[in-house]
Amino acid sequence: MYKVVTKRFLNDAKTICLFEIEAPLAARHAQAGQFVIFRLDEQGERVPVSVADWDREKGTVSVMVQAAGRTTKMLHTVEQGDYISDFVGPLGRATEMEGLKKVCVVGGGVGCAIAYPIAKEMHKRGIEVTFIGGFRSADIVILKDELKEASDKLIMCTDDGTYGEMMKFLADVTRPYGISTIISLDPIMVDGTGMCGGCRVIVGGETKFACVDGPDFDAHQVDFDSLLKRAAFYKDEQDRAAQHICKMTGGKRNG
Amino acid sequence: MANMRLTKNEMPEQDPIVRAGNFDEVALGYTPEMAIDEAKRCLNCKNPACRTGCPVAVRIPEFIAKVAEGEFEAAYDIITSTNSLPAVCGRVCPQEKQCESKCVRGVKGESVGIGRLERFVADWHMAEQAKLEKVEVEVPASNGHRIAVVGSGPAGLTCAGDLRKMGYDVTIFEALHKSGGVLVYGIPQFRLPKEIVAKEIDNLKAMGVKIVNNAIIGKSETVDELFEDGFEAVFIGSGAGLPQFLHIPGENLLGVYTANELLTRVNLMKAYRDDYDTPIKHFHRVAVVGAGNVAMDAARVAKRLGAEHVYICYRRGRDELPARLEEVEHAEAEGIEFHLLNNPTRILAGEDGFVTGIELLRQELGEPDAKGRRSPVPVPGSEWVLDVDTVIIAIGTSPNPLIRNTTGGLTFTRKGGIEADEGGVTAREGVFAGGDAVTGAATVILAMGAGKAGAVSIDKYIKEKNA
Repeated sequence: MYKVVTKRFLNDAKTICLFEIEAPLAARHAQAGQFVIFRLDEQGERVPVSVADWDREKGTVSVMVQAAGRTTKMLHTVEQGDYISDFVGPLGRATEMEGLKKVCVVGGGVGCAIAYPIAKEMHKRGIEVTFIGGFRSADIVILKDELKEASDKLIMCTDDGTYGEMMKFLADVTRPYGISTIISLDPIMVDGTGMCGGCRVIVGGETKFACVDGPDFDAHQVDFDSLLKRAAFYKDEQDRAAQHICKMTGGKRNG
Repeated sequence: MANMRLTKNEMPEQDPIVRAGNFDEVALGYTPEMAIDEAKRCLNCKNPACRTGCPVAVRIPEFIAKVAEGEFEAAYDIITSTNSLPAVCGRVCPQEKQCESKCVRGVKGESVGIGRLERFVADWHMAEQAKLEKVEVEVPASNGHRIAVVGSGPAGLTCAGDLRKMGYDVTIFEALHKSGGVLVYGIPQFRLPKEIVAKEIDNLKAMGVKIVNNAIIGKSETVDELFEDGFEAVFIGSGAGLPQFLHIPGENLLGVYTANELLTRVNLMKAYRDDYDTPIKHFHRVAVVGAGNVAMDAARVAKRLGAEHVYICYRRGRDELPARLEEVEHAEAEGIEFHLLNNPTRILAGEDGFVTGIELLRQELGEPDAKGRRSPVPVPGSEWVLDVDTVIIAIGTSPNPLIRNTTGGLTFTRKGGIEADEGGVTAREGVFAGGDAVTGAATVILAMGAGKAGAVSIDKYIKEKNA
């Protein structure tokens, strides 16, 4: 069991919440760009989520989760001091920063939680960071102060696209200029260790597993059409499941 | 006087039509009367060949003699003196290729049902244990030497169990939230109930084996760090979890699963149950590509999830089917349809990206190759489309690269397996390996044999180092 040491909503609309979890094994090697997988309880699914922060001394890893589907909505009902069943990581490769000098880090909505630790680490290493944060509306903005701290220049804006499409358009914007563009993907996966193959993405015509080969890939090589379709594979099932969360017990199915 | 009947006592089974609609165990197990009757078929040979066919050298005639006497607990003790997972082996071992293939009774008639007897004894023991209020387990005293085992599949569990019995302080590191490796994520409930795996693992824990779940060696910690943390030897039994693909067009379309994904969703995550959250598609017509045991498992799982038609598509013929005959027969009885001598050439989809069919190219059997296996030869222009909404790729798996990418000093085979000798000794001092991580995908019992050999080698290594 893994203890929720801190729980804190990150915006006024309470759409995105930070959970600091006691997980010494995951904290030992967590790096920017990697992810963890959590499971709420025995009946829960395995859900991948980016590492947002970590404290090696305390042995904790923080994640920032938007209540979207059934599991994430249930996670939002878990309180500080409660325990969740599983928390495993770090998974995937860390973001490569070697030799970079000037980087624009872009986050959309909850994607800022993925982008934040990357910007922070780059900024710490002396890379010039411009952070562009896109949110649908002002009341759901997260991490404004933290992002200011983690960048040389912060630009916050509002848009009305989805995060997946945003990455696709971003790739189109940078392509003509030949600007090296890396995106962090979060496709459907089960184990996160290269076993199920559910997270496969087509990059430069080749099949890659986001869990072990990624999650970072060259945005100009990713087949977005396939990516976006695969991400929506269980949409019907997920929509149905999200409608049935017990109002009495919430995230604590087993008391 | 031995029972000279030529045939085995038949295994009671759930009716095929009924069982194709549930996930309960197919084979129901012998009654004590059946077990005693079957045990009396054993001639108790002076030089028991059966034992040489067993990778973990179970003392077969000895335990069967006890079954014949009705001394089931004594039979259990004999089996577990060399085999830590009898309830598992009694269910999933290919006995017909191992112990039973060597049985003298098989020369004229059927061999003794060794596997069925092993299963009976293990189940009888578990049922008796369940009746007790408190189970007394012998915990061997610790010799103070700490050993790390990577992976809690059949190789790791066996190695850990044997080392613990020798007195070692053993910790297993398991990447998933549940222990058992392929026994929990791969083999379906109806062939190996997960409660049985859990009980075998509880037995090991009661003996003092520690298991750390959610620990991915190669990610959460490296092998080097295990040594830094004070472990004196490491056994790697991380299996062969990486799925292989056909490399034909359409493999990333919506509705194409690897067998690993389907089986993990259903077996580990229990997607077949309404009270579990992991989703699975409600599919109707399913093509399974491949014809090994995993393909049969995937096909039978798909059928139980409600698919109206499940097809096995395989490029060779019936005589070349790699699955156990028993699995093929079970699949056929449950209504799985076989398209033999058909090789997939591409997967088709509608505009929305969802699978609509699989194109197959008919094959003919050519001349036997060096191994005597007849190779398929395509029939030009014989492509046809099988109308399906789901394709499951079950053509094999290879060793997971996480250890390979993060552990220095090891050498690897061309197929990505860790190079190790028969005793599990690798190129790096203190690191041992066995099971699918070395051989590539094989059987549970071979992995257990490798775990056993690894334990012997580790014991020898520690003793020599401290001599």
